[in-house]
Amino acid sequence: MAKLLRTIVLLMLIAITGIAAAQAIDPLPFRDHAEELRFQHLTSELRCLVCQDENLADSNADFARDLRHKVFELMQQGKSDAQIKQYLVDRYSDFVLYDPPVNGRTWLLWFGPLLILITGGVVVASTIRKRSRSGASAASAPTENGDDW
Amino acid sequence: MTPELGQLALILALFLALAQSVLPLIGAWRGNRALMAVARPAATGQAVFVALAFAILVSAFLRFDFSVQYVADNSNLQLPWYYRIAAVWGAHEGSMLLWVLILNVWTVALTLFSRRLPDAFLARVLSVLGIISTGFLCFILFTSNPFARLLPMPPDGADLNPVLQDPGMTFHPPVLYMGYVGFSVAFAFSIAALLGGSMQQSWVRWARPWTNAAWGFLSCGIVAGSWWAYAELGWGGWWFWDPVENASFMPWLVGVALIHAQAVTEKRGSLRAWTILLSLFAFSLSLLGTFLVRSGILTSVHAFASDPRRGTFILCFLAVVVGGSLLLYALRAPKVAGGKAFALVSRESAILVGNLMFTVAAAMVMLGTLFPLLGDALNLGKISVGPPYFGLLFPLLMLPVVLLLPFGPYLRWGNSEAPMLKQVLVRAGIAAAACAVIAAFLVQGQLKAIAGVASAVWVGMGVVLYVLKRWRDMPRGRRYPAEMAGMLLAHFGVAIFLIGVLLSESLSVTRDVRLSPGQVATVGGYEFRFDGVTQATGPNWTAQQGVVTVTRNGAPVAVMHPQKRTYAHEQVQTTSAIDPGVTRDIYVALGEPMDPNHVEGAWALRLYTKPFVRWIWGGGLFMMLGGFVSAADRRFHVKREAEAAQTVTAVLQESQA
Repeated sequence: MAKLLRTIVLLMLIAITGIAAAQAIDPLPFRDHAEELRFQHLTSELRCLVCQDENLADSNADFARDLRHKVFELMQQGKSDAQIKQYLVDRYSDFVLYDPPVNGRTWLLWFGPLLILITGGVVVASTIRKRSRSGASAASAPTENGDDW
Repeated sequence: MTPELGQLALILALFLALAQSVLPLIGAWRGNRALMAVARPAATGQAVFVALAFAILVSAFLRFDFSVQYVADNSNLQLPWYYRIAAVWGAHEGSMLLWVLILNVWTVALTLFSRRLPDAFLARVLSVLGIISTGFLCFILFTSNPFARLLPMPPDGADLNPVLQDPGMTFHPPVLYMGYVGFSVAFAFSIAALLGGSMQQSWVRWARPWTNAAWGFLSCGIVAGSWWAYAELGWGGWWFWDPVENASFMPWLVGVALIHAQAVTEKRGSLRAWTILLSLFAFSLSLLGTFLVRSGILTSVHAFASDPRRGTFILCFLAVVVGGSLLLYALRAPKVAGGKAFALVSRESAILVGNLMFTVAAAMVMLGTLFPLLGDALNLGKISVGPPYFGLLFPLLMLPVVLLLPFGPYLRWGNSEAPMLKQVLVRAGIAAAACAVIAAFLVQGQLKAIAGVASAVWVGMGVVLYVLKRWRDMPRGRRYPAEMAGMLLAHFGVAIFLIGVLLSESLSVTRDVRLSPGQVATVGGYEFRFDGVTQATGPNWTAQQGVVTVTRNGAPVAVMHPQKRTYAHEQVQTTSAIDPGVTRDIYVALGEPMDPNHVEGAWALRLYTKPFVRWIWGGGLFMMLGGFVSAADRRFHVKREAEAAQTVTAVLQESQA
């Protein structure tokens, strides 16, 4: 825990000094608009590793700018998005991806909501069934007109 | 001397809160009217002392009393007076005090407007609110005292974080807290109902206007926060799925479910246990939100205050409140399903399905927010969960809700006949399809934009058709009761919101450009001419201010002045320039000079056009309005008089038994 805290404090210090030094607004010589869009999309799904919670596209930190330029350089070399992400993951782990990969460690994250939905769906379905059966006579009886709010 | 008075006021408030928590509860249990009668004056007294403490802190800021640590940390001599007031809730200690103050505002409002509630019930409600207040006052006094002294007194204070020096800061936190804390009222009603064991539906009717109002405030607070992020942070985004945003979004989602569940319980008597459970969830998530933001457990742009000791306290408090209330629920919740039966095609079923989707969405947001912390704690490695995750799952979960929404008002309680629904399906469907085809030509086949138009027309058409039907069918004066008008407003807000989100997400254009004075860049059909940089000064900053002239096909549109401000303590903050419009925003942010030694030369600029982005907040404001309008329905007040008379006797008999 203490180690984690030290790391966070260190990262925050880096982030704060970074803000004074650089800017996220960073015109790069793109070949065309499609490439620019691809770059914007890609950097918005990558995490600025020294900031509190910002993506590469919007981060002011020096380190983020260096990574942006690296991404740009790799794009110029004709690397695909997947290859660029892999390059960054090899160096900085999955932490750099805002889009966590589906694997053994993240199955709960990706399929948890589905499990909850299915469980809840079963409960809702059984409730509706029970209530419509229990009051078969009441339900078919004439209901109030729409005036009762 | 005065800050110590503030502390004294807080200590007195704590004693009154203790009295308010314990005595009325015993009174309600024993049927002792004298003890129950303590609740009201204790609550009022507590509110007076908390307000006094708050006023003393405000005055310390206004008088530059840097001998108070909190004042010295968050303000300085150059800070204008309005930001000195906002600085009161600019960091941890003061925002906790604001939290308690707002809890007291709700409590006092409850004592004023609930004179007709049965004594025993109101005593229990106020006692639960007193317990919450006791917890927070202890938290303030023992771990985060805003009145702690700093000796020797520094000649000048530090600066308030420049991000916080924005008009948004003056109202976003108080309004958001009004929402958060407002769910405590619904929570207290539920606990009081569980404690009292009187499982009549009447308590739900009393709770409904409070829930709707709290939800309206929460909507407003979230809209304000989103707008602030858009205008101030210079990224042009309106929602980042940041953990702190998620923290306010979870209670909002559960709040939507709760509002609808309460309607079912009040009108039909069904889903009673579920309504109670949702009230517990909504407030627990509000507490969790406070915990997430204030414990420093998250590293996020919002977490300005971090202290693990405080985290432990809130975590324990959270465990006691959530654990205790769930235990009580397990022991006392109604086991037998009561209320009137309903068929498969009925308003109850539709609301149940909607409730399911909103609850699962809240659970999904919670899972995504907490998973990185969980992974870290269990040494599964650090991972990040961000917009790609939430942005994929959230729309999938909301799709059934959007599809069901037009039918909502047409569905009848108990049992609904199909022909009317088919008519709605056909009419809204044709309108949506027709508009989608027209839109397809205008937006060059952008699927997301077409989906936005179609879904918005689908939802909006459903609302409009119902408004017309009521106009035809009902006599004047009975067409739109406030409760229904609120529902229609909020549902119409969904349509506006859908347009805003999907069109702005798909049609926005962003470019980072390098411009020399006189050069022109074209973005989204607008020409942006850069006319150089001038100097500007404000109360506590100097700025380099760009001049950008925007034209469209040669016709002038706007002259914009994006700034790069340097504050008193050398912090740099970009302030973007926005030209607002109903159908589009133009947004310019100033970067750095390409050559730092030649500020008269070329600069980096970020240019955006954002079609329909304003509709996002417009939709949110409609939803807020819906919450307030339906809370104001006279029905909640009129029927209350008649019913309270009956219930008083019932409760008295029960408490004497």
